[in-house]
Amino acid sequence: MSPPLDPQEFTWLCTFLRTESALVIDEAKEYLVNTRLSPVLKELGIKSLSELVAQLRRRPMNKVHQRVIEAMTTNETSFFRDLHPFESLRNDILPDLIKKRGGAGLNIWCAASSTGQEPYTIAMVLREAFPDVAARSRIFCTDINTLVLERTKAGLYTQLEVNRGLPAPMLVKYFERKGQEWHVKEELRRMIDTRVMNLAIPWTGVAMMDIVFIRNVLIYFDVETKKSIVGRIRKSMATDGYLFLGGAESLLNIDNDFARTTVGKSTLYKRAA
Amino acid sequence: MHALVVDDSRAIRSVISRMLREMGYSVTEAGNGREALDKLATGELPDLALVDWNMPVMDGFALLCELRADPRHAEMRIMMVTTETEIERMQAALGAGANEYLMKPFTPDALREKLGILGLATAA
Repeated sequence: MSPPLDPQEFTWLCTFLRTESALVIDEAKEYLVNTRLSPVLKELGIKSLSELVAQLRRRPMNKVHQRVIEAMTTNETSFFRDLHPFESLRNDILPDLIKKRGGAGLNIWCAASSTGQEPYTIAMVLREAFPDVAARSRIFCTDINTLVLERTKAGLYTQLEVNRGLPAPMLVKYFERKGQEWHVKEELRRMIDTRVMNLAIPWTGVAMMDIVFIRNVLIYFDVETKKSIVGRIRKSMATDGYLFLGGAESLLNIDNDFARTTVGKSTLYKRAA
Repeated sequence: MHALVVDDSRAIRSVISRMLREMGYSVTEAGNGREALDKLATGELPDLALVDWNMPVMDGFALLCELRADPRHAEMRIMMVTTETEIERMQAALGAGANEYLMKPFTPDALREKLGILGLATAA
């Protein structure tokens, strides 16, 4: 493990991450810098965090900068994370929207979808409960990190990853062994679209979404950026759509056009009446 | 909540038992399927059994079949915890009545999440 950065270097790195990715790192999250960037040091053959920061400062934007942003913005994830959102999705939200849409396909957006466990979880839930609608639905995965989107598209997971939260009957049904890894079957992979997106920058060309998952993402942004992101998400959503945030997240004082509601054991957001 | 941990490795039994106790479970340990059945005949009936596959005397699959053939254990949740990672093995275990399947090695988070799937994430 590299020695920690001195305060000046840490401040420079925080400013860099905030400018390039709108990621807010404060002193309370200093541990993240060490845990997330240690593998990058090893990968790039750089001896210490100080040397890494010196390289970032010295050189114009290049692959090292991109790699640091990717490492810092990759969120740990698991299949069926927190369970309840997916129970609410299966039991209440999908039946409601499918009825309203007359059985047409749904557009579902996983913002900051990381390595794809959440979108594939949604794909499994949809496929299990409503196979006909699943075949007509799209799950849009966006992330700032190109590497995680490539992994999502490939649908390849290690044994340690499929051990995390994935019910064994789902593993057996929707995955195949490929060497030492587990490969998501084509029937789920074809439901997935991936696109690089920095949420902090206005986007275009996003379809009207029926359901949006942006869980444990807004916590990394300051209040003004949160307001801007949530406002733009609202404009990209159907008026009767559903918005999922992380269990500890809230839109209080962020966006008054969304109203908090409880569906099953989940708390989520709908457009205010 | 009470759990039965069946594994021929004392070290692995000890690691799993510690994880379960930290979640609030009381734990009984057995070194193979036969020992597990003997302990079940005289002791408290567990809510959950975590069962290794490859063990001497009586292996985990044989134990699974014995437990599922006994109506006294109909409510017991059974999770195979094993180095066997072939899909055919998983299908066989699920077909024989296992509720979950956890591949070794695993992290405490993975165990907690699997127990969450079974509705047993906390023993409180």
